[in-house]
Amino acid sequence: MAFDKMELNEVEVWDGNYAAAQAMRQVQIDVVSAYPITPSTPIVEGYAKFLADGYVEGEFMMVESEHAAMSGCIGASAAGGRVATATSSQGFALMVETLYQASGMRLPIVLNVVNRALAAPLNVNGDHSDMYLGRDSGWIQFDAYNPQQAYDLNFIAFKVAEDHDVRLPAMVHQDGFMTSHTAQGVHTISDDDAYNFVGEFKPMNDMLDLDNPVTHGVQTEEDWHFEHKARQHNDLMTKVFPKIEEAFDAFEKLTGRRYNIVEKYMLDDAEVAVVALGTSVETAVEVAKEMREKEGIKAGVIGIRVFRPWPFEYIAEAIKDLKAIGTLDRSSPNGAMGALYNEVAGILVNSGQKTVLTDYVYGLGGRDLTKEHLRGIFRDLKANADAGRPTTELQQFIGVRGPKLAYL
Amino acid sequence: MADNNMGWDEFEIGAMLRSFDGPISDVALKPQEERNYSPNNSFTASVADWRIEKPIFNKDYCIDCQFCWIYCPDVSIVSRDKKMLGVDYDHCKGCAICVEVCPTNPKSLLMFPEQEDEEAAIASWPEKEEKEK
Repeated sequence: MAFDKMELNEVEVWDGNYAAAQAMRQVQIDVVSAYPITPSTPIVEGYAKFLADGYVEGEFMMVESEHAAMSGCIGASAAGGRVATATSSQGFALMVETLYQASGMRLPIVLNVVNRALAAPLNVNGDHSDMYLGRDSGWIQFDAYNPQQAYDLNFIAFKVAEDHDVRLPAMVHQDGFMTSHTAQGVHTISDDDAYNFVGEFKPMNDMLDLDNPVTHGVQTEEDWHFEHKARQHNDLMTKVFPKIEEAFDAFEKLTGRRYNIVEKYMLDDAEVAVVALGTSVETAVEVAKEMREKEGIKAGVIGIRVFRPWPFEYIAEAIKDLKAIGTLDRSSPNGAMGALYNEVAGILVNSGQKTVLTDYVYGLGGRDLTKEHLRGIFRDLKANADAGRPTTELQQFIGVRGPKLAYL
Repeated sequence: MADNNMGWDEFEIGAMLRSFDGPISDVALKPQEERNYSPNNSFTASVADWRIEKPIFNKDYCIDCQFCWIYCPDVSIVSRDKKMLGVDYDHCKGCAICVEVCPTNPKSLLMFPEQEDEEAAIASWPEKEEKEK
């Protein structure tokens, strides 16, 4: 069975969903097993259309739930195919059991996660609750801030995940609606260049290698389970970042677009900075520039490009000269400090530096993070930097109606 | 796993186990005893202690019909060239399906307590049942 190539303009106007679907076409996914859910639906729909129109050689499996979708991906990946799917929110939550199976079985599946809030109350808009839910699942988690990055990071994700030294599944996150449904100019890669960048899929211990039969998904109890988990953690801690760096370098050579494990904006002389994920990074960069020009605050922004494995040393390097940091957590911690706060605090605690760290919970269920919110945050951070101690509560809710909500 | 001193860094990744040591190209044509099973294969593990009753085979009455071989859910009936040889007691769970499906009179397989001596069991084998007229 042959397939047709697609002629793309140098710049196409794509939203994040279509950009991800195009990337999935260009790397010629063998199997997409999917159960569509808002706002990620157009990704798998897009792949299905490319398949129906003869632009890709593969299989589309329409299953009965997200649990089954990831299970189908696991089977297809263990059989020896290049596999991807997409989901959001409730679907992601239903997938969680199988996410751990996929990573423990070391299957290089790519999952596009279009971030969306978790019910209740039911909500289809973007926040990072689903992304945070996946953070202990043993997957690599890339985060895109716009459609261009959603496109590019898909190629990076396949290249890293499928590397035989890595063999771990990878998620590519983008913000629901803000990225997934906002059309922007996306610089394309030709079909041949895109495919060659990721390369032909090289199976490893696949079930269809009939001369070397393997059992996948074995059971181990207290005797061997710990060793398998230790190996997986070790590989996430030591093997993934060098491969991501390699992939980012190769991608820059191909396209001129530079990605970094931690994106640093105006940090060279910054006194204060926010740490953020997703579309908020771009807004924060704009406001940081404005704060420098209009209020003389030496503001910077740290964008997390790789959320898992957690880039401990990269962030340690990025924050070493900062006097105050605000972490922006777009997920309700439900009775704790936000995840970004805790993880940055984990870096600061042994660093010997005296940096004031405060947490901002914002944007739940797609609530806008406005420039005015960010101005207020940067002013807080400047006051913290000047005082050398927190001048606000450690955790504040930003943009919620009603009396001011702040803790600790 | 055979070696209990094996460390976390000595596994093949992926919670996977190989059935055989080295490649095998014609596995379907080789009887079990000639296959190069790996120590990870369940063929090399004895689960005899799961059983409280065992089937004993009496070849005097067997007609090599292969019913027991076909119906055994754990591939524990050993038959070669369509000749019934006996029971694989390392893997038989004592379910008695082989006895149930045996068509001979008296049956060529009967269940006995696990500790029963095979020769004694065969010596006390029941007589052919006469059909009621």
